[in-house]
Amino acid sequence: MLNFPTWKKALIGIICAFGIIYAVPNFFPEDTFEGLPDYAPGKTMSLGLDLQGGSHLLLEVDTDTVITERFESTEDAIRRALRGERIGYTNLSVQGASVRFGLRDAARANEVLSLIREIDLTLQVSEDNAQFAVTLDEQGLAEARTNAVDQSVEIIRRRIDELGTREPLIQRQGAERIVVQVPGFDDPEALKSVIGQTAKMTFHLLEEGSTPGVAPNSAPPGTMILPANEGGGNYLVERRVRVSGERLTDAQPSFQDNQPVVSFRFDTLGARQFGDVTKDNVGRYLAIVLDNKVISAPVIRDAILGGSGIISGAFSVQEVGDLSLLLRAGALPAPISFLEERTVGPGLGQDSIDAGRIASIVGMILVVGFMVLSYGRFGMMANAALIINIMLIVAILSALQATLTLPGIAGIVLTIGMAVDANVLIFERIREETRAGRTPLSAVDSGYRQALTTIIDANVTTLIAAVLLFAFGSGPIKGFAVTLSVGILTSMFTAIMVTRFLVVTWLRSAKPKTLPI
Amino acid sequence: MLLQLVPKDPKFPFIRFHKIGFAFSALLILGSIGLLGGKGLNLGIDFLGGILLEVKTEGPADIGEFRDRLSGLGLGEVSIQEFGAPDDLLIRVQRQEGGDGAQQEAVTIIKDALGDMVSEYRRNEVVGPTVGAELQEAALYAVLAAIGAILIYIWFRFEWQYGVGAIIALTHDVISTIGLFALLQLEFNLATVAAILTIAGYSINDTVVVFDRVRESLRKYKVMPFPELFDLAINRTLSRTIMTSATTMIALLALYFLGGSVIQGFVIAMIWGVIIGTYSSLFVAVPTLLYLRPRRGDEDEAPFAEQAAPDSNS
Repeated sequence: MLNFPTWKKALIGIICAFGIIYAVPNFFPEDTFEGLPDYAPGKTMSLGLDLQGGSHLLLEVDTDTVITERFESTEDAIRRALRGERIGYTNLSVQGASVRFGLRDAARANEVLSLIREIDLTLQVSEDNAQFAVTLDEQGLAEARTNAVDQSVEIIRRRIDELGTREPLIQRQGAERIVVQVPGFDDPEALKSVIGQTAKMTFHLLEEGSTPGVAPNSAPPGTMILPANEGGGNYLVERRVRVSGERLTDAQPSFQDNQPVVSFRFDTLGARQFGDVTKDNVGRYLAIVLDNKVISAPVIRDAILGGSGIISGAFSVQEVGDLSLLLRAGALPAPISFLEERTVGPGLGQDSIDAGRIASIVGMILVVGFMVLSYGRFGMMANAALIINIMLIVAILSALQATLTLPGIAGIVLTIGMAVDANVLIFERIREETRAGRTPLSAVDSGYRQALTTIIDANVTTLIAAVLLFAFGSGPIKGFAVTLSVGILTSMFTAIMVTRFLVVTWLRSAKPKTLPI
Repeated sequence: MLLQLVPKDPKFPFIRFHKIGFAFSALLILGSIGLLGGKGLNLGIDFLGGILLEVKTEGPADIGEFRDRLSGLGLGEVSIQEFGAPDDLLIRVQRQEGGDGAQQEAVTIIKDALGDMVSEYRRNEVVGPTVGAELQEAALYAVLAAIGAILIYIWFRFEWQYGVGAIIALTHDVISTIGLFALLQLEFNLATVAAILTIAGYSINDTVVVFDRVRESLRKYKVMPFPELFDLAINRTLSRTIMTSATTMIALLALYFLGGSVIQGFVIAMIWGVIIGTYSSLFVAVPTLLYLRPRRGDEDEAPFAEQAAPDSNS
């Protein structure tokens, strides 16, 4: 254990140098190292939301809605096809996982089959005695769910980008969940109102002859009753979507007659659809529907062919701004709900950083002093290793771009305490061997030799706990597990390699008769 | 002169007192289980779901006023306590009936009710019932998996007797830590689970060091009776045990007093863990071996030279 071949010395040197170079940027202001190429050291540990402040949200996408919509639109398409061909049907409705209906004239069954094929090739039809059951392709439904979540991630990203925050993290988690982390944003309510709204806008015609704000108790086939967005009243609206909000290319807040309104513009297809519907239905009411609520239902006075228009309603300036943002970013394919929310204000974050820093420094000074008192010269060598150890932890965390959380800082402080353990084991062993009458060299050699397996066994068990902590933990706890694991590895390295190197070098040059331990 | 916390060649008769230790531990475990059944754990919102707000006020907070405003909202149990400073309050509201969305609505109601009494919302945590249940499950698995993995590792590296001894000591530490949280009614949350797993790691670390020495001594001194041999192993490693506990404790105390209120619960668990982990290595883990009787090592592995060696004359 006393020989250090050149390559080993070089390796220790390289690792320590790496530690210092990569750790150093953390002790300087953030912008000192800007402009360096990516591979150069200069990265710092990124601070977790609990330290820099920010919001963490866990959302769930209600994908069942997407499936329900699929069935409803299939039902609608079948109805229109049957009506178009003047085929009599009965009891057309969605029942469970299929659309069912019967035919008045069983002889036209074959005609119906080919009609349904025309709607969508993936539809599966079974017919029994003029009773039809149309089911949707299982795989297609599963894909629809997946797409809904992926799209939601994309839409939420666009919306948050519009808020102008830096480096948000938006990530899918599991089948139907999305994690959103927005650093430095401390108004969770505003964030949630921007993320949470489905913002699905559609343009429908009011059912012929019905009055805005007045609806019967039950909706005839092909129509639906929707409530007003503001104030009371219900609207009887055609189910059929005339123009969808997806066709919007732009939406901006503006004013008309001193009232805040949203002005919007359609893409080419949207403009044509909008032109057609307004041209053919002059005098009827056009309902602007947002998330199944009618914002307004103006009467169509003229064909609007330019592809742009305004939405007026009882809006505040703030609402107009939010609505424009939502329309620009697009609608969520399905409603979402918030499962978990954790927000830390910037004040608390800064307090935690300060507290963590002071606790680390004080803890470090106390441990260093204690080691010198207990082991003298050897204690100082252990302390040198301890400082290199801290550097290495910081360096590895920076290089990995790991996130430093408050429990992570606790992990580092704890490592300071536990890192000396390996050295203590060795030193106590050397003491023992010295008392047993060995010469300094042989005591040191035997001390390291005997302590080695113990150190490895003891640390591997702690590492097991740390790894499991990482696997099961979330957020800040993961940060703790990372620093603890890294700390265990670096403390083994520094105790076994660095301290030993220092001790051996000193022994060889000073050649002491007795060990000062 | 160097500081020595433990006399040079300690000869404490640990094994002679092991029955007292067992009795004490049995009391500790029974007490913990009793407390768990009786008082129960003060589960945090991580596991139950609910709302936690940390707020700052202009000047010292009027807790009574806060309580008045919040109690009339029909949100169920609301707890308000000072948190680290007189102008810093921690507000906990129980999980709201009606699923994940209901929690969000409650937050809005609370914020409206508090209005300008609050100058800053420092922390805002809302956990719905779905996630709470999942976190509970994950935490339980984490602790069980950690205990299992450690058992397997020790079994693999030592003999089964050591594995069983280590796990008994480890379980002892985990249960008594949970008992402490029940006794003091400290909030039991995700950070506490992290602390418990770290305690598990620390406790096992300590136990392994002593076991390692027991195994080594078993090979060296083939005829020494178990009680004497275990005493020797414990005493030989005692200085290291105390030193490591001391340095870890120093670091933890620094964290406790300077690290801020947010991690105090976590640190309390750790401090207890270091104390109980050290105790259990000496008074639970090793004495358990008395009854499990590990094998006396491989005859070939212990050279005679070392058998006569250092220890007879020191």
